Amino acid sequence: MSRLSFKQITKRFGSLIANDSISLSLGEGEIMALLGENGAGKTTLMNILFGHYEADEGSIEVEDKVLTPGSTEAAIQAGIGMVHQHFTLADNLTVIENIILGTESLWSWRHDLTAARRKLMEMAESYSLAINPDALVGSLSVGERQRVEILKALYRGARTLILDEPTAVLTPQETENLFITLRSLTAKGLSVIFISHKLHEILAISDRISVLRRGKIVDTIKTSEASRSELAEKMVGEVVTRPQLEAMQPGAPVLTLAGLSAFGDDKLPMLNNVDLTIHAHEIIGIAGVAGNGQAALADVLSGLNRDYSGTLELHDKTLTDAGPSDFVARGIGRIPEDRHVRGMIGEMEIWENLISEDLRSAEISKWKIIINRDAAIKRAEKLIERFDVRCEGPQAQTKLLSGGNIQKLILARALSPEPDFILANQPVRGLDEGAIAYVQEQLFDARKRGAAILLISEDLDELLSLCDRIAVMYQGNLSEAVPTATRTVTELGLMMAGQAIHAN
Amino acid sequence: MSDLLDILLTAGFWAATVRIVSPLIFGTLGELICERAGVLNLGIEGIMTVGAMSGWMWVYQGGDLWGGVIFAASVGALFGMLHASFTVYLGLSQHVTGIGITLFASSLSYFVYRMLLPSATTPPKIVPFQNFEIPILSDIPLFGEALFNQSPLTYLALICVPVVWYVLQKTPIGLAVRMAGENPVAVEAQGIDVLAVRTGAVMVGSALMAVGGAFITMSWFDAFYFGMVNGRGWICVALVIFASWKPGKALMGAFLFAGLEAMQVRAQQSAGAFIPYQFFLMLPYVMSILAMIVMARRAQYPQALLVPFRRGERV
Repeated sequence: MSRLSFKQITKRFGSLIANDSISLSLGEGEIMALLGENGAGKTTLMNILFGHYEADEGSIEVEDKVLTPGSTEAAIQAGIGMVHQHFTLADNLTVIENIILGTESLWSWRHDLTAARRKLMEMAESYSLAINPDALVGSLSVGERQRVEILKALYRGARTLILDEPTAVLTPQETENLFITLRSLTAKGLSVIFISHKLHEILAISDRISVLRRGKIVDTIKTSEASRSELAEKMVGEVVTRPQLEAMQPGAPVLTLAGLSAFGDDKLPMLNNVDLTIHAHEIIGIAGVAGNGQAALADVLSGLNRDYSGTLELHDKTLTDAGPSDFVARGIGRIPEDRHVRGMIGEMEIWENLISEDLRSAEISKWKIIINRDAAIKRAEKLIERFDVRCEGPQAQTKLLSGGNIQKLILARALSPEPDFILANQPVRGLDEGAIAYVQEQLFDARKRGAAILLISEDLDELLSLCDRIAVMYQGNLSEAVPTATRTVTELGLMMAGQAIHAN
Repeated sequence: MSDLLDILLTAGFWAATVRIVSPLIFGTLGELICERAGVLNLGIEGIMTVGAMSGWMWVYQGGDLWGGVIFAASVGALFGMLHASFTVYLGLSQHVTGIGITLFASSLSYFVYRMLLPSATTPPKIVPFQNFEIPILSDIPLFGEALFNQSPLTYLALICVPVVWYVLQKTPIGLAVRMAGENPVAVEAQGIDVLAVRTGAVMVGSALMAVGGAFITMSWFDAFYFGMVNGRGWICVALVIFASWKPGKALMGAFLFAGLEAMQVRAQQSAGAFIPYQFFLMLPYVMSILAMIVMARRAQYPQALLVPFRRGERV
């Protein structure tokens, strides 16, 4: 029996067709996976189902009744619950307040908290989703917040649950727990739509897989009949092979951190006594759940935060008094985490962004104060050619480029001066397969040339395939960096959750 | 030092404090409601002015006092709707819109006043609210007279504090308002119209501000002068931060400021001979800046304050 069905849904954003005549159906007690790259249209489709967007064409039927388009309230009434990728919770309010919002008449004079708490606890019990209803959401871990989101949907009587990239923020163990929860939900007759771009997770949890590419359904297959390589090819549209890490003898130490500590505005340590040495010809990976000090480490290593204690040395010379431009001048290349916010200035032209770290060199400036526009544009042309940036030319506006091409511009700016140390913070997040392979190749080339590279990522698979050594960051503490082969995913997952594992 | 004690021990000082605090309570609560919903309302200075003018004008034209208060509140709510239509529906800068509303509302008040009373040279007067003495309680020495022999509007201001607290903390609509100021997407995801919640909050808040203005012309004084709100709106904006967006603390902060204000007037009289009076005029403001430095550093901002919410926008 079918729980809900999409009929020829089309949604456009300007000239972009985000969903192109999509038809799908979801059975009762079924877990259907929506697989696709970033920008394939998965979230858009789900936002249409949940009433955040209105489809331009087509309709959705829930239990054989047409769903009122563009109304979240109607979607909730029809028994649809959505766990958004970015949680829709208010940190300064309690769990129970977050959950009861919208469940009572807005004009009633008081909350019936006793009944609400009882109902919530019964639900938490029956689905084994333990939660403290009076805790502030801001004090919960990411896994617990996700639990609150699921309970919130169930509290509203959801019979269909949409999970948008639910594992992106979880450790492998938390992911395992989530899967157990999902199976117990479907055993009780709930249907689940599971959005992801991680193949192994989709193969592990779903009953059926629909692959989306550029807004279209490419194929829908039973999970039992699907293979990983076949799915990857359908998702990407072509066979893309990622580069392999070649074994290489590490060289001399390039960057040394000793006893590095940094504090946040609330005086709590964001980095706690971090020691690390990165050698030439070496990539070191930093694993960890977001928000455990990676951003603080990246700020120190890119020269943005000088307010730290401990030592930071490049080739045995201290960087203590150096600012961002000194960092660049002394041979540090930086690939920032958010390429749109810190990486590039979208309103400016490509050539301007490409020289922004090098305004005073003799090549492009006269007396260090007047920019030689022709020389700068000439340099931009060369870099665009060499890094294969797809654009209209050096004078195109940067924000018009795709994420992958913006990342290529950042690589061009950071890597072309051949820096000795490269900080790569989430360099492939949100990119499609082709761009991922390109970025990884560039990092490998830099390593071959003798650069020392620090790679920060939340994706364990990426770290395991790219790094010589790997360390885990948890609450500002960095574990010892050990050869990647000596760690299993399970061990890394436990370390990401704060358990100490000793290298043997 | 003994001068200071003398001042603190006079019933007149306390009565003045309670009088000065009343418009501040209305204004601060109004601003607090707007900001808890995520909308900064810098229109407050102008909305208080328009409230002062319209409430007074209602009575001057022959209406009764409470009718004037309701009229002032309605005009305030209208300006709140104007502010909301720019900041909530169009998502424009809340700072710029707020300043614009202040300029517009103040100028319009003066304009309408001059239009209706073109030939008035000395400001005409109305019969304002008379003090209402609460039997027995007002016989308590010192505080009795200060707290229980006041204008009905003052009582209304004091009652508003627990009411606003209760509504924000204990009712579904209050939860929706707070959530709209913390994470509007969460409100939307629960099937509630964020824009309506925010607009409603801004309108109610603006109505309270206008009543605060009306207090000045209908209870404290009996006429409308140019520039009579005199920066009280801005003080309210500061008091909201001082209070960490909590009604109870807002009451405390308002009393602190009003006490200093009442004190400085009296200090001027006793020490005015050797210290220029401007120094005393300045005191409450200096003290409030100092208090802000201490309190605001730890302030817990509503997370979505100043952040516009646009439905169905691609993020």
